[in-house]
Amino acid sequence: MAGLDKVVTSYEQALAGLADGMTIIAGGFGLCGIPEGLIAQIKKMGIRDLTVVSNNCGVDGFGLGILLENRQIKKMISSYVGENELFEKQLLSGELEVELTPQGTLAEKIRAGGAGIPAFFTATGYGTPIGEGKEVREFHGRQYILEESVTGDFAIVKGWKADRYGNVIYRHTARNFNPLAATAGKITVVEVEEIVEPGELDIDNVHTPGIYVDRIIQGTFEKRIERRTVRSQEA
Amino acid sequence: MLTREQIAMRVAREMRDGYYVNLGIGIPTLVANYIPKGMQVMLQSENGLLGMGPFPTEEEVDADMINAGKQTVTAITGASIFDSAQSFAMIRGGHVDLTVLGAFEVDVMGNIASWMVPGKLVKGMGGAMDLVAGAENIVVTMTHASKTGESKLLPKCTLPLTGAGCIKKVVTDLAYVEIRDGKFWLIERAPGVSVDEIVKLTAGEMVVPEVVPEMSF
Repeated sequence: MAGLDKVVTSYEQALAGLADGMTIIAGGFGLCGIPEGLIAQIKKMGIRDLTVVSNNCGVDGFGLGILLENRQIKKMISSYVGENELFEKQLLSGELEVELTPQGTLAEKIRAGGAGIPAFFTATGYGTPIGEGKEVREFHGRQYILEESVTGDFAIVKGWKADRYGNVIYRHTARNFNPLAATAGKITVVEVEEIVEPGELDIDNVHTPGIYVDRIIQGTFEKRIERRTVRSQEA
Repeated sequence: MLTREQIAMRVAREMRDGYYVNLGIGIPTLVANYIPKGMQVMLQSENGLLGMGPFPTEEEVDADMINAGKQTVTAITGASIFDSAQSFAMIRGGHVDLTVLGAFEVDVMGNIASWMVPGKLVKGMGGAMDLVAGAENIVVTMTHASKTGESKLLPKCTLPLTGAGCIKKVVTDLAYVEIRDGKFWLIERAPGVSVDEIVKLTAGEMVVPEVVPEMSF
């Protein structure tokens, strides 16, 4: 790495500095658009007591689920969990803490965190258990609750293509939380399918500008499908 | 009594040409099969797709193209893709014309409970709280009563809420009901279901007009 070149060639380099007790913001929706190699490296590093901010927590044996197996996660901040049995077990035994957060609020917490906005008001969750204990303010005759934003020590992101300067594009619905996560890590690491030279990406269609990105690594992806649904050819 | 498909068919009548629509998981998903002919509608999937199409063929399956239920889907011509913050900006900002979702309970104040049963493992609310807080036009689909005959249309929700004062339309297996002025209003009844049966299975106060037309399919 030199100058604006963000490319690293090993997963050790990609996650150097990640330590026990840190907060990680992870992109992905279900198993779609998850940084598979970075998650595997976190498992390999064996670091513990992690707080992970991610919409979901993978499945048994894949995605963030492998970090649960290793008991590396202390707390999840997610909108929907429990696609995995292990999650349920660790939750019931008290090993794991979960802060359930409405999906749009979660997205906005990460977006705001990356944008330097410490908190925001939203109608989402007002009058529900999510609003309990939170500041309420009325605007234009409607009640809103104050939600604090989040940032991470690390953000782990899955992109489609990146150039060496860290400009990233995502593919289809693998975009999801990834561009938001990319803005909210003190150190943002992006794992991509292909690294290209600066100038090869269409500058009008860069999804994550390189300023947010610290390290780029090329990965290989299984891209496991959670619910394979198909229609017959003639339908 | 309406079948799941008939509930979806009745909900589909709330669609208008040019609508952007978010369909929840379960019966609401079926509504996509009954979009009235000649009507152009775009389906929003909150993981970041506007213009969701049918399931792919085997050859079209793409791990990078899924819906909010994590099922593989396709995109229609004219679709767009965006990140989750943008997706919920559409939802929270009130840009979605119609939202359809399921529920455990609704009450006369328009409260909805759909995500949490105390004592059971809570998996999360996903995008449901954002959807009910952001949408003006919401249709709830649910069975009118539990299998043991306990009403799910209540004076006051007993389960933790998903949203407060946000529901105005409910399609059940027995009736189409509107909520206003702190009451349920019986608008239409399912074929072969009497007004008495519906009233009996509605725990919250229900206004019954002189004529309650029967739905036809």
